Amino acid sequence: MYNEVVMDHFKNPRNVGEIEDADGVGEVGNPLCGDMMTIYLKINDQRIDDIKFKTFGCGSAIAVSSMLTEMAKGKTLEEAKQISNKDVAQALEGLPKNKLHCSNLGADALHMAIQDYEDKKANVSRPGPRRQEAHEHAKDEKCYCPYCDVQISEDSPDFCQACQRELSEEHE
Amino acid sequence: MAVINLDHISSNPLLPEVKEVMIEAIQNDYHNPSSQHKAGEYAAELLENSRNTTAQLLGAKDSREIVFTSCGTESINHAIKGVALANEDKGRHIITTNIEHNAVIRSLKRLSSQGFKVTSLPVDKNGRVDPAEVQNALTRETILISIMHSNNETGTIQPIKEIGEIAREKNVLFHTDAVDSVGIVPLDVQKLNVDLLSFSSNTFYGPTGVGGLYVRRGTKIFPLLDGGVQENNKRAGTENLIGIIGHKKAAELAMERMDSRFEHLNNLKNLLIKELPQYLNEYIINTNLEYSLPYLLNISLRYIEGESVMLLLSEEDIAVSTKSACATGSLRASHVLLSLGLSHADAQGTLVISFGWENSEEDIYRFLQALQNVVQTLRAMSPLYKSA
Repeated sequence: MYNEVVMDHFKNPRNVGEIEDADGVGEVGNPLCGDMMTIYLKINDQRIDDIKFKTFGCGSAIAVSSMLTEMAKGKTLEEAKQISNKDVAQALEGLPKNKLHCSNLGADALHMAIQDYEDKKANVSRPGPRRQEAHEHAKDEKCYCPYCDVQISEDSPDFCQACQRELSEEHE
Repeated sequence: MAVINLDHISSNPLLPEVKEVMIEAIQNDYHNPSSQHKAGEYAAELLENSRNTTAQLLGAKDSREIVFTSCGTESINHAIKGVALANEDKGRHIITTNIEHNAVIRSLKRLSSQGFKVTSLPVDKNGRVDPAEVQNALTRETILISIMHSNNETGTIQPIKEIGEIAREKNVLFHTDAVDSVGIVPLDVQKLNVDLLSFSSNTFYGPTGVGGLYVRRGTKIFPLLDGGVQENNKRAGTENLIGIIGHKKAAELAMERMDSRFEHLNNLKNLLIKELPQYLNEYIINTNLEYSLPYLLNISLRYIEGESVMLLLSEEDIAVSTKSACATGSLRASHVLLSLGLSHADAQGTLVISFGWENSEEDIYRFLQALQNVVQTLRAMSPLYKSA
């Protein structure tokens, strides 16, 4: 199901944990699809000195978090902002297609953490980092069709209008 | 180390005795049971022998009530679509539940798109449908009730006999998807008051590729496959004789060993339930322990996700199944678990653990030890766990 690089990062994730007095924290999550990630940053001289993650999710979500932290560590904030979800998936040498949208959120969490740091520095008050109840996210989060990648409407969550495929569960 | 298979709900290995008769059957080059020469007649005899054994397994009065199919899914499609199309002059309303297998859900969806009306009943938090709700859902237009005998994710058994009594009284046909029950729990189509019952041979260690449908005599039903007059004109196509011969052996052994297997499986399940608190905290048992299959337990491990649990257990050579959205093709939480009132996050951490005759108590302990480690690892990584 997953390639060797993904399995390695899943089984031996790098930089797991929290940073107590983090300079920036970013959270993304979508329990409807299944994954939530939190990224903690320690910034020194506009550079990511330390980075840690906590993730609730499937194998690919954990591997993405681990790979992302390795990619971001030591980078300047400007460099880190350039890291995209696609870059992380590429560094992992690919993810299953149906996992690309829901599990590949690492860079989003990183960018939020950087934003959090910059907001704090500029004294912009924001209500964060938020730690909402899982189901509270459900309504405004998006899911994508595992077959054609088009966003799935909440009105008909079991059917992809774009490719006309049913999305109910797999058979036993 | 040998793999511990705790995923019997997905597939069962063939029994050695079943393998033996099937290998012999392949060597024998049996002819087509529909042919009228001696070789064909002999093949037909083997086919009918298997049908008789199956009738015995289900408590059917007449072996002609047994239709062999290619799998449980075909049986279910046949029951639902065949009855709907043959009886639509009487009405176009069908009653079912929210926790059925996709074979039922999608067959009914297909019929809905053709103008049939479907009422899907909820289950209570224990996973069971209330027969009174079935009674209330009946209309003059109702032609069929289709409710599963046991659920493939939770193992919870439905009050089929009681619902059957209602259906009988109102003269409405009643189908039950008993794919995960037949051959495991004692079951009798007369006592259950069902008109149609779907089963699969692989559930009781027979071959995949053999399923069947019990159709009570006198039930109006159209074939799903049109063609020859095989299976008493209910299912065209040359029979899968080698599979059906293997199925006969599996059915015989299921009857012979039902009590001892049941006891063994039930002991394993009870051991697991009893020992779980020594190894884990914060989990939810989604199986109704009072009414359930002996070989299946569904648990939700809070704050972690099922696919990662399954993958890490797989690294320890332990096979289980998960119902997390991440692990299904659809990336959607299980409709069965959501019907029980579980939150999306809790549904994500769901494992389906299903035993077979070859599992031992030692397997359960090895599983528990491995699970404890896996859960610890994943919770240490989970942002939800800290907030708990």
